[in-house]
Amino acid sequence: MEEAIKLVTPLAAAKARQLKAGDLVLITGTIYTARDAAHKRMVEALAAGERLPVDFTDQIIYYVGPAPAKPGQAIGSAGPTTSGRMDAYTPRLLDQGLRGMIGKGYRSPAVVAAMQQHGAVYFAATGGAAALIAKTIKKYEIVAYEDLGPEALSRLTVEDFPAIVVIDSEGRNFYTAGQSKYREL
Amino acid sequence: MRTIDAAQITAAVAKLAVDANYYLSDDIRTALESGREREESPLGQAILGQLVENACIARDEQMPICQDTGMAVIFMEIGQEVHITGGSLAEAVNAGVARGYTEGYLRKSVVAEPLFNRKNTGDNTPAVLHTSIVAGDKIKIVLAPKGFGSENMSTLKMFKPADGLPAIRQFLVDTVFNAGSNPCPPIVVGIGIGGTMEKAAIIAKQALLRPINQRNPQPEYAKLEQEFLELVNKTGVGPQGLGGRVTALAVNIEYYPTHIAGLPVAININCHATRHAEVEL
Repeated sequence: MEEAIKLVTPLAAAKARQLKAGDLVLITGTIYTARDAAHKRMVEALAAGERLPVDFTDQIIYYVGPAPAKPGQAIGSAGPTTSGRMDAYTPRLLDQGLRGMIGKGYRSPAVVAAMQQHGAVYFAATGGAAALIAKTIKKYEIVAYEDLGPEALSRLTVEDFPAIVVIDSEGRNFYTAGQSKYREL
Repeated sequence: MRTIDAAQITAAVAKLAVDANYYLSDDIRTALESGREREESPLGQAILGQLVENACIARDEQMPICQDTGMAVIFMEIGQEVHITGGSLAEAVNAGVARGYTEGYLRKSVVAEPLFNRKNTGDNTPAVLHTSIVAGDKIKIVLAPKGFGSENMSTLKMFKPADGLPAIRQFLVDTVFNAGSNPCPPIVVGIGIGGTMEKAAIIAKQALLRPINQRNPQPEYAKLEQEFLELVNKTGVGPQGLGGRVTALAVNIEYYPTHIAGLPVAININCHATRHAEVEL
C-alpha cells in the first residue's frame, strides 16, 4: 500500500488539484457535516436569497449522521452515509466554494461536471468503520439546524481522518478503475 | 398456559437492540478475516482489516459497529400456549426499542411519516414487527437492526415461471452492480424465492438471519447459494466498491411454495454488519 497524503483543512484549489483518484489521505483540521435534510434547507435558503450558516469556501463536508456520544466521548460512531442522496443539492454548494465532500458511493454526472468546473474533490471513507472513524474526531459542535437531530449542520475537528480520493478534480473515477481490474463478467 | 409479562418483553427487546448494535457475530468476523486473506486488492485487504478493527473497537468500547443503527426489524415466534399480561404486545416491543436505542446511545433514524413531514420520532419507534404463532409455551424474539445504505439497494421482481434461473442470475448481478459501493461491501445477500410479493420480501430478510456459514438444508438451494456467491464475487465491485474479489461474504436463500403462474424473487442486501440478536423467553 502506498503512503497516505497528509491534508490540512481548509483545502485550497491548488492543493485539491494535486490530488489524484486512488490517493489515500489523512485529513486534519475542521470539516463540516451535513446530510439530506440540512442540504435541502441550505439550498432552499440560497434560493430565497439568504446567506448560508457557514462560509464553505475551501471547506469539506462529511456526509454523516453520527450516533449520540456517550459521556466522555466527543462523538458516537460516525461512518459515511450514501453520497448519491445529496447529488441534487451538491452543485449549488460547489458554486459557494465547497472544495471537497466525504461520503461513500457513486455521484451523478452533474456533480462530477460541477466538481471539474470548480476544482473540487470527492473522498470516500470506509462505510461501516464508524467506531474506528469516531476515534479520529476530537470535537463535535452543532452550527445550525439543531432541530434535525443527527442531521444537524455541525463542525468537526479531526485528526488523521482516513479517506481515499475516488473522484478527483479532473473527473477521474477510482470506483470505475478499481472495479474493472477485478471484473470477470 | 404460561404467562409472560409485557415488561419482560420490553426488557428483552431493549437488551437485544444494544447487543445487536455493539457486537458483530463470530460468523461474520471469521468471514471478514478469511476474506482478507483471499482478497487480491491491497486496498481491499486494508479495508477488510479496518472492518475487523472496527468491530473490535465497537465491542471493547461498547459503541455501535455502524452509526446507522437501523430501523428495528423484529421477528417474534409466539407459542400458542403463552398468555401475555400487563400490556399489549406491540406497545411492549416498541417500549423496548425506545429504551434500548436511548440507553444504548444508538442513533434514532425513524421518521413518523415518509412523504410530507418526515419528523423524527425521537426514539426509533415504531419497529417493523413480524409475528408468527407457533406450537409451545415460549416466545422467541429476533431483533435485526436494518441500516438503509443497504436496504435502499434491495430489489424485488415478479418473474414469469419460464424466465427461470437465468433471469434470476441476471437480476442478482444487475442488483449488485447497481448497488456498487452504496451498501458498504462486502455485503451479505438475502434472497427470497417464491410465495407472494410480500412473502418473498419477508423470507429474503429472514435469509439474512441465518448464520452465513450455514447453508440452506435443501441441497439444490445450498448449491445455488454457493454458485450465486461466486457469481457476485466476479463483479469486481470488491470491498467498499473500490475493486476486488470479496464483494460478498455470503448469499443466503430461502424459498417458499408459490402459485403456478408466478416466480417472485426478492433480493435484500445487507452490509458486512449483518446484525441480529435473539433471545427465548
